Amino acid sequence: MSQTPDLIVQNLHVAVEGKEILKGLDLEVRKGEIHALMGPNGSGKSTFANTMMGHPRYEVTEGDILFKGQSVLELEPDERSRLGLFMAFQYPVAIPGVTVANFLRTALNARLAPPEGNGSGAMPTKKGIPPKEFRAMLREKMALLRMDESFAVRYLNDGFSGGEKKRAEILQMAILKPEIAIMDETDSGLDIDALRVVADGVNALAGPELGVLVITHYQRILSYIKPHKVHVMVDGRIQLSGGPELALELESRGYDWVSEGKEVTAP
Amino acid sequence: MTTTPRLDIREGYAEKFGFHDAEQYVFKSRRGLDAGIIEQISEMKGEPRWMRDYRLKALEIFGKKPLPMWGGDVTGIDFQNIFYYVKPTSEEAKSWEDVPADMKRTFNKLGIPEAEQKFLAGVGAQYDSEVVYHKIKEHLEKQGVIFLSCDQGLRDHEALFKEYFGSVIPASDNKFSALNSAVWSGGSFIYVPKGVHVDVPLQAYFRINTKDMGQFERTLIIVDEGAWVHYVEGCTAPIYASDSLHSAVVEIIVKPGARCRYTTIQNWSNNVYNLVTKRAKAYRDATMEWVDANLGSKLTMKYPSVFMMEPGAHGEILSIAFAGKGQHQDAGGKVVHLAPHTTSKIVSKSISKDGGRAGYRGLVRVQKGAVDCRSTVNCDALLLDEASRSDTYPYMEIMENQVTIGHEATVSKIGDEQLFYLQSRGINKDEAAGMIVSGFIEPIVKELPMEYAVEMNRLIQLQMEGSVG
Repeated sequence: MSQTPDLIVQNLHVAVEGKEILKGLDLEVRKGEIHALMGPNGSGKSTFANTMMGHPRYEVTEGDILFKGQSVLELEPDERSRLGLFMAFQYPVAIPGVTVANFLRTALNARLAPPEGNGSGAMPTKKGIPPKEFRAMLREKMALLRMDESFAVRYLNDGFSGGEKKRAEILQMAILKPEIAIMDETDSGLDIDALRVVADGVNALAGPELGVLVITHYQRILSYIKPHKVHVMVDGRIQLSGGPELALELESRGYDWVSEGKEVTAP
Repeated sequence: MTTTPRLDIREGYAEKFGFHDAEQYVFKSRRGLDAGIIEQISEMKGEPRWMRDYRLKALEIFGKKPLPMWGGDVTGIDFQNIFYYVKPTSEEAKSWEDVPADMKRTFNKLGIPEAEQKFLAGVGAQYDSEVVYHKIKEHLEKQGVIFLSCDQGLRDHEALFKEYFGSVIPASDNKFSALNSAVWSGGSFIYVPKGVHVDVPLQAYFRINTKDMGQFERTLIIVDEGAWVHYVEGCTAPIYASDSLHSAVVEIIVKPGARCRYTTIQNWSNNVYNLVTKRAKAYRDATMEWVDANLGSKLTMKYPSVFMMEPGAHGEILSIAFAGKGQHQDAGGKVVHLAPHTTSKIVSKSISKDGGRAGYRGLVRVQKGAVDCRSTVNCDALLLDEASRSDTYPYMEIMENQVTIGHEATVSKIGDEQLFYLQSRGINKDEAAGMIVSGFIEPIVKELPMEYAVEMNRLIQLQMEGSVG
């Protein structure tokens, strides 16, 4: 594990349409670590994920997000992505008419040969990965994630089932090789299969070059992923941090005791 | 403050297509329209008497019919200011060597001879009122495939021509079909004999050069039993301050078991009124497909139609319309089920930007007795900004109960969530917007031959620049 945390969130305050949601969030994630960020509905978990990725709707009013020693707050989402940040969406967006393969190749090429000035639309760029090499890589990653090959020619998230959407997110992560990934799973009515897809994917990709932050409302995903650290977020701040055992305690006691401040550290 | 991505459709039109050659012609009629001009045209073409009479009768009908008061605004057309016949050369060439230098340079610039070499079965090139170059590959000619200019078709195959000319679209169909019937010149005449499959496309290219002119090509395609053909047409024009008129009539007969696909990539300059009537009759188990892409013109009113005459016929219309600043695309299609067990499909995609107006106007008609018909209509509109407009006019005339009709329509804007999603994967905003737009039209673009799909993407110029929105 690296010495300096790769992702440092300092006293982060975020407002959405004038309403403050995050009220001083502090968090550090290193490559090689798996963190779980838990908390009740509305505590600001998804807000954090979207803010980190640069969604224009979320306004940072105070604090900073440092990635690899650099503040990312002024960067566009695509710049953050190319720097090595990744967010697995809670609700992945459909892009009809754009195949998974075409999309992934464009995204990968944006990393290898960032577009100069004007974009070239969906036309494949001359530079970047050769098509043959890309297809081989795509096949390899899809095999790793036990995905059917036909997936590559379907339109991105268009008519995908919940599980397929999650799988597509993991595939993107596998291809784009981020350094820090946030899996936004909050509150969604994920069925157990979809949960396992995410868990298996994270486990398959985890390693010394990847730091993962799994955002979850329920602890059940943590039956499949073993986090090094667990954080509990209530009312826009991390109220409590601890080891994996904290998740079990939350499962049995709920979140109320955390916000009531009856305990300040994990047992 | 948010930045909105920009999409420039047809960037660089002026340089690539909007140029014009010095005016050159062997004959140019005086401005305006009357019986004298029609007699002159017919005389110059050395036409049989029946055709001259047909033209004169059509002129009468044209004079009696009112301008359409629906669709787009055509009141700006000054019919007496137009040159109705501009004959560029004394005769059609069979070799590019024999095409006058200026015209040859123009068609070279448009990439026609190159395309002919690479992937076409035959090419016709029309410049103003006449076809200046026409050629079909020898092996097709040997199989009896006829691909000529419409004028040459009348000269060489009068009986066949006369049997079908005006049989699908009579002069009296509408004001502009009457006008075309009166002054038609150029276009294609195609006959594909029984069972012959023309595997690669035949193409016609229409170029307007002269200012204030009207181009009125006429196309007649007969696909005999079990035969196949794919015909592609493209067109461009110089940018002039005054308006030009393009008003074609296309008639197609698809005989039992035959298949015809007609692809249009309409890229007129923004000073052209494009008012075209296109219709096909499909007989038993025949398939007619229109792939109709409208990018250019000031106003387009065009609704390619398929009349399904006998059981088993299938009609399909795929329509793409782009409307930019000052453009109105009133596009769509008509399917008419006249026999039982016939099927049809209309897919329309329209994109409007910078105050442009693009829409779908379509008709599904099922005649009494045409039982067990199926028809689906899908029309999607994408608006790129608040100033633009999309209209949907889906007409249904269903006179029979035992049919299955589906209709779906959507209007969408490029969403922030879509942009953010693509951006979060490292794709910049402009490129992301291009991706969303090309994805939107993909279901139709993928139906184009590869070379045209590339051309289409080039025309759409998915080239973006950031701007404050």
